[in-house]
Amino acid sequence: MKRRTFLTVAGAGAATLAAPSLLRAQSAVRIGLITTLSGPGGYIGADIRDAFNLAVEMEGGKLGGVPVQVVVEDDGFRPGQGKTVAERMLRNDGIKLLTGIVFSNILGATLPDILDADAIYVSPNASPSNFAGKECHKNFYSIAWQNDTLHESAGQVAKELGHKRAFILAPNYQAGQDALAGFKRMFGGTIVGEQYTRLDQTDYAAEMAAIRAANPDVVFQFHPGGLGIAFLRQYAQAGLIGRVPMVVAAPSLDHTTLKAVGDVADGLWVSSHWNVDFDNAANKKFMAGFTQKHNRTPTYYASQSYDTALAIAAALQQTKGDIKPENFRTAMVKADFASVRGAFKFGPNQHPIQDWYALKAGKSASGEMQIVTQRKVLTAHGDIYAPQCKL
Amino acid sequence: MSLLFVEQVLNGLQLGVMLFLLAAGLTLIFGIMGIINLAHGSLYMVGAYAGSIAASATGSFLLAVPAGLAAAAVTGLAIEYLVIRKLYDRDHLDQVLATYGLVLLFNESISLIVGRQPLFVGVPPALSGSIEILPGMTFSVYRLTIIVAGLVIAAGLYALIQRTRLGMLIRAGATNRDMVRALGVDIKLLYTLVFGLGALLAGFAGVMAGPLLSVQVGMGEQILIMTFVVVVVGGVGSIRGALFGAIVVGLVDTLLRAFLPQLVRGLLADPSEADQLSAGLASMGVYVLMAIVLLWRPQGLFPARS
Repeated sequence: MKRRTFLTVAGAGAATLAAPSLLRAQSAVRIGLITTLSGPGGYIGADIRDAFNLAVEMEGGKLGGVPVQVVVEDDGFRPGQGKTVAERMLRNDGIKLLTGIVFSNILGATLPDILDADAIYVSPNASPSNFAGKECHKNFYSIAWQNDTLHESAGQVAKELGHKRAFILAPNYQAGQDALAGFKRMFGGTIVGEQYTRLDQTDYAAEMAAIRAANPDVVFQFHPGGLGIAFLRQYAQAGLIGRVPMVVAAPSLDHTTLKAVGDVADGLWVSSHWNVDFDNAANKKFMAGFTQKHNRTPTYYASQSYDTALAIAAALQQTKGDIKPENFRTAMVKADFASVRGAFKFGPNQHPIQDWYALKAGKSASGEMQIVTQRKVLTAHGDIYAPQCKL
Repeated sequence: MSLLFVEQVLNGLQLGVMLFLLAAGLTLIFGIMGIINLAHGSLYMVGAYAGSIAASATGSFLLAVPAGLAAAAVTGLAIEYLVIRKLYDRDHLDQVLATYGLVLLFNESISLIVGRQPLFVGVPPALSGSIEILPGMTFSVYRLTIIVAGLVIAAGLYALIQRTRLGMLIRAGATNRDMVRALGVDIKLLYTLVFGLGALLAGFAGVMAGPLLSVQVGMGEQILIMTFVVVVVGGVGSIRGALFGAIVVGLVDTLLRAFLPQLVRGLLADPSEADQLSAGLASMGVYVLMAIVLLWRPQGLFPARS
């Protein structure tokens, strides 16, 4: 399944803007967007693709006044395929600016080749700890977060809600272990149970019984996508909803999985850096554009991808379309764009310093499930790996 | 503690019943036709999708069951007619390649037709909530329904295999395929019927799983590996083996996940390290069980072919 989608919008209109000094910018800057469009995580890749393209369309085929061409390819949810696609983009298509990867394991297989080719990678999602600390790189930027901070913010929400005894669960893989470590870092209370589930597990009955037996104040679980849907449903069927409050980080309940769990999510606390109801001009423009074009509620993945396009646009505008890594970097690290999250700046490791919020899922007046922003829990929060990064 | 143990045994039983519904079809197809069908999980997915689409369109879970069964059976028969028939005389590697191709085909088709978003299907109101089985121990009504339905189906299958002419042919086919063919039985028709029956059971498992799990692309592959373990443990081609193997695998997996963490925490000082270790051991459990069974009885517990 190799799909190539070309979004070529460097139309005749660009020619009218021709200026002698901008001859190089006339040939559109090509941006390689490698993302996951197949398998259970396919909806995430679709959101990342659609939001990035939306930003380009809003500018009439340009980013920061520079014509761009977005080349979208599916990584098939396989690290090997992600690597192959990246190599082809770098070698055959001469692409020097890439983005789009959803999953950490695929990024881990793909990023080294990109950096070795002296190309730039701007991450709209996957940002594992190894690229934030000692192995940080001047050509790697994360627009999303550093992975740990997703769960640190959930720990902060649980602490601020006054919970003392937590039962925590995550799948037994790197991201799951990082999640529990991140939660514990901020929570500071007692952990009455810590269980690792399997990545191919679909039935959580045993865990539900264990939670009921431990009778904690709060449950924190990290189960992204379909795992989270199954976990939440079974949590409700086990009669635990309403008995034991639950706090999750953004990946365990996004606006797509919310639709699939239905009323079960009522009363759930979520920590996030963005929500659909953020009241700033950039977010209003994004929400209106996305819902109008795609007729669905964007997930936070879409917001991150849209921000990625805006960040690239701000840099391209300053360099007038030059993507030589050192010139691009000087412009990029200023983060001179209006993020849909509000406050955004880069830390020393080129990962975000941003605010985190407590959100709550509940029913709207019309009976629809929605996620409503409650309050800010962390201000200008960076990540713990930044000090280890020497750029 | 003992109440918790009873509850976890019920949970294990429920997982076992789910695995049995899938393993029964897989073991028959494998045992009688000699076909390794990796697309069996896709039939489960088709059943789940058809069931949840029917449930959300009509608002009735009772209609979801026949819709899921019909969709899975029709898909199964179509697969058998278009693809599997070409593979009877080919070796296992060709079968694996072709049926893996089917898996990819089904996953992408569902993405294109239904979309990439996971579907919602609620527990039917009559079966939501929990009942008190023992004083102080509640259990989900829906999970109990799955256990009962699974055991009823197991009994029905037993009657079909042991008491009917068709069952006799299936048993004969599992024991000695060439002899059945030599006796003038229309083996092609028998194969199609068996494949349809397997698809029906997988579809039923899919419909029942809908309200519990996430109905999404790729859900079939998640459970397929565990189903193969059940088939190998129980013995290829044997329904009795599939039932026994499924219950054992379901119980071992659930009880390890339930009680190993406390056990290991008692042995190791560092709780975080203990949790890591127990998670690793619990997820290995069923595969270790399979290895032990294979060492002790290479044909599985109840092999169809002596």
